[in-house]
Amino acid sequence: MDTEEYRDHPVRSYVLTSGRAHPSRNTLRPETLVRAVESRPVLSTAGRLERELVQLCQGTLALAEVAAYLALPVSLVAVMVSDLVDAGNLTIRSNHQAHVLPGKDILEKILDGLRKL
Amino acid sequence: MDSASSDRPVPGQHLAPTVARSVKILVVGAFGVGKTTLIGAVSEIDPLRTEERITTASVGIDPGQPNKDTTTVAMDFGRITVTEDIALYLFGTPGQRRFWDLWSGLADGAVGALVMIDTRHLEDSFEVLDQLELRTKIPFAVVVNQFPDSPDYPLERVRAALDLLPETPIVECDARDRQSAVLTLITLVEHAMTFPVFQKVNA
Ligand SMILES: Nc1nc2c(ncn2[C@@H]2O[C@H](COP(=O)(O)OP(=O)(O)OP(=O)(O)O)[C@@H](O)[C@H]2O)c(=O)[nH]1
Ligand SMILES: [Mg+2]
Repeated sequence: MDTEEYRDHPVRSYVLTSGRAHPSRNTLRPETLVRAVESRPVLSTAGRLERELVQLCQGTLALAEVAAYLALPVSLVAVMVSDLVDAGNLTIRSNHQAHVLPGKDILEKILDGLRKL
Repeated sequence: MDSASSDRPVPGQHLAPTVARSVKILVVGAFGVGKTTLIGAVSEIDPLRTEERITTASVGIDPGQPNKDTTTVAMDFGRITVTEDIALYLFGTPGQRRFWDLWSGLADGAVGALVMIDTRHLEDSFEVLDQLELRTKIPFAVVVNQFPDSPDYPLERVRAALDLLPETPIVECDARDRQSAVLTLITLVEHAMTFPVFQKVNA
């Protein structure tokens, strides 16, 4: 994966996200699932990376996967995803709240699934 | 960034449309203990990597150093669709002090952590365990990764050397073996079930 380009331009993340260093939604985590909203065309003002991001999300992926495929840091992709959710191009698939831990019922389902592997 | 197009997910790398929830487990441990190997052994996708730039001045490498410097922290991860609606992500991060800040954010919402140990360098894991206990409240299980030249210590001796709580699980594994790696995950989730924070059933 080519990270040199990013490394060579330390201010790039700020430029790309219009100067904001933190995502507007602190609910986004590396494992948060996102997906493109098919009926919603990407605004003509959106950048190449935003388009590429929405294109990647034609199926469900976690934020960290999107970051890995775009060869960008998770923190930067979180900002872009947040903006694209606001614009209606992406939807957050995982229906749990940040900070809320999975309940015992979820852990039981995970255990069942792991035992079947 | 040519890699962005060549690394594009191929069909099958997207999650099934039925998956509507994700959970995570961290895989932590000193350099070279087998974190990426274990993740690769159980992941349904080839392990992916993402990098984060952190300002070293803000994470205590050189507290007296006014000139901020940055360093890159890599995170390897994989994924298992454990039920038709739940995806489990495994995030592997190194155990060095400068990465701990990145971790504590990562630890939020995690089911738990696997702490991988190499008994040839037991002391490398002391700090990792200390920091995990001090900085997070997440359940963890200790995984002793077996290398061909690993000394043949009984697990109870390793437990004593690491000063683990009696209830903390400790298991041996071959990180290259899928079933062996899956067993470490089962051990951890079973342990997490005993933690009161997970008792609540989500609506
Ligand atoms: N024999 C044996 N070798 C292993 C095992 N697990 C890992 N290895 C080898 O140990 C080396 C390091 O493994 P990695 O999985 O890269 O370790 P890591 O913890 O991800 O390393 P860093 O990311 O650099 O900290 C590799 O050459 C692996 O092939 C194991 O269970 N048995
Ligand atoms: Mg690794």
